Amino acid sequence: MRGLAGLFQALPGLAAASLAGTAIAAPAADAPVPERLTACVACHGAGTSASEGVPSLGGQQGDYVVTQLFQFREKQREAAPMNDIAAGFSDDDLRAYGEAIATLPAPEWSGPPADAALKERAQAAIAKHQCTSCHGADLAGRDAIPRIRAQREEYLARALSAYKSNARPGYDPAMNEVAQDLKDDEIRDLAAYIARL
Amino acid sequence: MTPAQSRGLAAALACLGLGALGPLPAAAQETKATAAPPPTVQADKGSALYGRPDGTGAAKLAPVAGPPLPTPAAKLPLDKLKVADGFKVELYASGLANARSMTQAPDGTLFVGTRTVGKVYAVLPQAGADGTHEVKTIASGLHRPNGVAFHDGALYVAELSKISRYDDILKHLDGGEQPQLVTDDLPKDEAHGWKFIAIGPDDKLYVPVGAPGNIQLPPDTHAQIRRMDLDGKNAEVIARGVRNSVGFDWNPTTKQLWFTDNGRDWVSEDIPNDELNVLTEPGKQHFGYPFCHQGTFTDPEYGWGHSCSEFTAPAALLGPHTASLGMRFYTGTQFPDAYKGAIFIAQHGSWNRTTKLGGDVLVAKLGPDGKVASTEPFLTGFLQDNKYAGRPVDVLVAKDGSLLVSDDYNGAIYRVSYAK
Repeated sequence: MRGLAGLFQALPGLAAASLAGTAIAAPAADAPVPERLTACVACHGAGTSASEGVPSLGGQQGDYVVTQLFQFREKQREAAPMNDIAAGFSDDDLRAYGEAIATLPAPEWSGPPADAALKERAQAAIAKHQCTSCHGADLAGRDAIPRIRAQREEYLARALSAYKSNARPGYDPAMNEVAQDLKDDEIRDLAAYIARL
Repeated sequence: MTPAQSRGLAAALACLGLGALGPLPAAAQETKATAAPPPTVQADKGSALYGRPDGTGAAKLAPVAGPPLPTPAAKLPLDKLKVADGFKVELYASGLANARSMTQAPDGTLFVGTRTVGKVYAVLPQAGADGTHEVKTIASGLHRPNGVAFHDGALYVAELSKISRYDDILKHLDGGEQPQLVTDDLPKDEAHGWKFIAIGPDDKLYVPVGAPGNIQLPPDTHAQIRRMDLDGKNAEVIARGVRNSVGFDWNPTTKQLWFTDNGRDWVSEDIPNDELNVLTEPGKQHFGYPFCHQGTFTDPEYGWGHSCSEFTAPAALLGPHTASLGMRFYTGTQFPDAYKGAIFIAQHGSWNRTTKLGGDVLVAKLGPDGKVASTEPFLTGFLQDNKYAGRPVDVLVAKDGSLLVSDDYNGAIYRVSYAK
């Protein structure tokens, strides 16, 4: 439920950005936000999201961004307001957003690091479920496999739960396959730890 | 909003290097450099990745789905594709994102399923001025509708766990028609859940149910091929021990079912081979999985206590991890006599191998005894410098005797024809 609330919270920000026609979040001076991303960063931040339920996009794999925008456009993945936003995107738009978003700086965790007990539990879960096999040893992803390190904790937890229940069909079924074996406490630990990387 | 001042260009550059090299961004210095697994922990057996050994070599390998957007026609790898002298390859249709399994109506209309984009396409039989064919989307929003079969005016579409029938489909190519449910009495596993389907010479619908993971003792409901009446009733298991078949056809002479089967992953770079199999006694044969692979190799975990002699051996070996998918007997007359009755096999190409293998179309020729006498490359060039320029999924002998090849990486159909 917290995740849903986060989505609705995101809506006013989007509307404000559209009305004002300017970015709400000012980018770092030496890493200007591409003009195309003005509306995106209003909710998602210029790399790191500060909005509950809204994922960070910085450093995301361009190919992955294309698959998700495609799924939003085709209503394969339902997540307001992204379905409406992507509805009018052309294939070229999808490619351009993928390339632009990949240039935003990767998200960073700014709080204290994971404590030793969480780290131990989460690393055991990462090993058991072989997260690194696809996402890479540093969990930064490759090709159409997303960067997940330092992603928002509640977003990671919701994504894993939705893969497990098949409420979120992956573009490729790999996450639906591996999530079947996830226990609730593993989801909690994985989200908490990966968010803090 | 998290302050951005501490990031800037240096962080952005570090980030750009991450995908390839794997160093940590500066922000993560408090935590250990990697999420690397302790070696003693094993994955649950339902996982598709079960069996992956530790080690950096294996960690570099993972299946990656092709893009959801079709490659523009001008950028297709046609100039890289190679066939023997006398044959030529040309573009038949483009713009079919994730084009997978194919079936053709008597009027030449081609139907094409997809795995990742939820769509089924129709490719019209009349060629346009540029020689290519118009594509219509006849259904969308489906769940992994990989399998298609045309029969008596109707199109059968296999989603992950449901088969539907679109009646009188040639009059409804603009979509919007509600299909009739044939059956949804199928497992819902995502792992190996997408299906190839076909209707046999016995007018029955043949439906594979793959193993729900890489290697495991499968439930009685999985790792098999079933057949059923066209209304979904009277389903029976006709082949067991089949890990994941994504292509089959009937020998036009013997009427026996031949099928490809994808071998397990993570045992070795070089074994086991994918298999080409023949069903000679429906319902009585076991093809080995998970006990014996490629007819000669007992599984390191599940093979103990078994011998490969207990199981039906393959008719041919198709290379390790090559992802041998669609296959069809050549029933046309356009190709030279040497191809009469031969089997074309589409190989999607490996992911579970450091040096990629497959990514081409093979031809398996049968000897006078009806057994496979040779297998050799027929259409190559999809694999360039250990990267895929395209990935064949299915082959189909068109009404004019040419061979159509689907490519899900580019969302295109190619036509191979022969002229003396």
